[in-house]
Amino acid sequence: MGADVVQLASEASCHFDSGCGFPAPGLNEFEFKPIFSIGSVDFTKPMLLSIICALLVVGFFWAAFAKPKLLPGKLQLVGEIGYDFVKRSIVLETIGKKGEKYVPMLVSMFFFVWIMNIMSIIPFAQFPVMSRIAFPVGLAVIVWITYMTLTFKKHGFVGGMKNLCWPSGIPGWVMFILVPIEFFSNIFVRPFTLAVRAFANMFAGHLLIVVFSVASWYLLSPTLGALYGSVSFVVAVGLTAFELLVQFLQAYIFVMLASSYIAGALEEAH
Amino acid sequence: MTPEVLLAAEEKMNPLLPAWPEVIIGLLCFFIVFGLLGKKLLPSIEKVLEERRDAIEGGMKRAETAQAEAQAMLEQYRAELAEARHEAARITEHAREQGAVLIAEMREEGQRQREAIVAAGHAQIDADKKQATAVLRQDVGSLASQLASRIVGESLEEHARQSGVIDRFLDELESKAAAAQGASK
Repeated sequence: MGADVVQLASEASCHFDSGCGFPAPGLNEFEFKPIFSIGSVDFTKPMLLSIICALLVVGFFWAAFAKPKLLPGKLQLVGEIGYDFVKRSIVLETIGKKGEKYVPMLVSMFFFVWIMNIMSIIPFAQFPVMSRIAFPVGLAVIVWITYMTLTFKKHGFVGGMKNLCWPSGIPGWVMFILVPIEFFSNIFVRPFTLAVRAFANMFAGHLLIVVFSVASWYLLSPTLGALYGSVSFVVAVGLTAFELLVQFLQAYIFVMLASSYIAGALEEAH
Repeated sequence: MTPEVLLAAEEKMNPLLPAWPEVIIGLLCFFIVFGLLGKKLLPSIEKVLEERRDAIEGGMKRAETAQAEAQAMLEQYRAELAEARHEAARITEHAREQGAVLIAEMREEGQRQREAIVAAGHAQIDADKKQATAVLRQDVGSLASQLASRIVGESLEEHARQSGVIDRFLDELESKAAAAQGASK
C-alpha cells in the first residue's frame, strides 16, 4: 500500500550479516504511492487515515452522546470525561466564561488531532496523519481565521491592529522594536509555529519509531546481532509508549494554543 | 519501486510544503467532525449535563428549603409555647389574686353575717328576757296575791292590783337583787 510497506518487503532478506547496508529510513517514509488517482489528484494513505479518523471521532461521540441519559452508561461516561476535560481544563481555563461558544470547535479539534496522532501506533495504520504538514496547516488556518475574525469583529480595524501589535505597559521607545515584532509574531508566526510544532513532533516521532523498528529487523540474525536487535526492539517499544504521551500532548498543546489565541482576541482593549 | 523512482520521489518531496488535496481532505474531515459534534452531539450532551446539574442542585435546594421551613416551624412552636406558658402564668396569677380577693370578701361577709346573727340573737334574747320578766312578774304577783289571800283569808287581788303594792314590792326585790349582783361582781 504505502512506500514503507513496499520498502519493508524489499528489506525482508536484508540483515547486517548478509552484507546488506543499513536501509536508513528517510523522507521516503512519508511519501506514499496513491491508492487511486482522479486526474492528477492522488488519493493516498494519509487521506484515507484522516477520513477514518474523522469517522472514528464521530462514531465514538455518536455512540456516546446520541442518546444521552441522565445516568450515563459506560461509553457516555467516558465521552463525558473527555468532553469535560477539554471544555474545563483547556478551553474555559484559558478563555474563561466567554469561551463557552468555542467549546464545540476546540473539542472537535482536540479529538480529531489526537486520533490522527494516535494512528502512529495503531497496527496497519502506523502513520501519524499530522506528520503530513497539510493536515496541521489546514487546522492552523482555521484557528488563524477564527482569532483574526474575532479580533477585528470585537475591536474594529484600528482596535484590532492595536490588540495584535500594541502590548500594554511598555514604555514608548521600546514600541519601535516591539510593535513590528508583535505584528509579525501574532499574525504570521503564530499559525506557522502552530502547524509546524504539531507536524514536526509527529514527523520526528514517527521517524524514530521507524528507525528503531527497521534497525531491530536489520540487526536480527542468528549471531551476536540478535542482542543488538533486541536492544533496538526494546527501544522501539519504549519509543512507542513515549509517542503515546507525545501524541496526547501535541493535541493538548494545539488546542491550548488555539484557545489562548482566541482568548487574546477577546481580551478587552487596554 | 525502483531506486531511481524512490530517489526521484525523495528529490521532489519537501515535508514543509502542504499538498493541496490533503489540505482539502483534512479540512473536510475536520468540518464533518465539527459539524456533527457542534450541531448535534455536544449540544445534546450539554443539555443532559445541565439537567443533571439541575437535578443535583435542585435536590440540594429542596432539602435546604425543607430544612429552613422546619427550622422556622420550630421557632414558631417555641415562640408559641413560650407565649402559652406566659399566658398560663398570667392566668394563674390572676386567678390567685381573684381567689384572694374572693376569700377576703367571703371572710368579711361571714364576719358581717356572724355579727348580724349574734346581734339578732342578742336582741331576741333581750326580747325574750323582757317578755319572760313581764310574764314572771305577773305570775309571781298573782301567785303571791293568791298565797297572801289564802294566808290572810280574803281576797286582796283587786285591791292589791289597784294599789300597785305588788309592783312596788317586786321593784324593791329587783333593785335588791341588782344590788346583790353588783356587790357579788
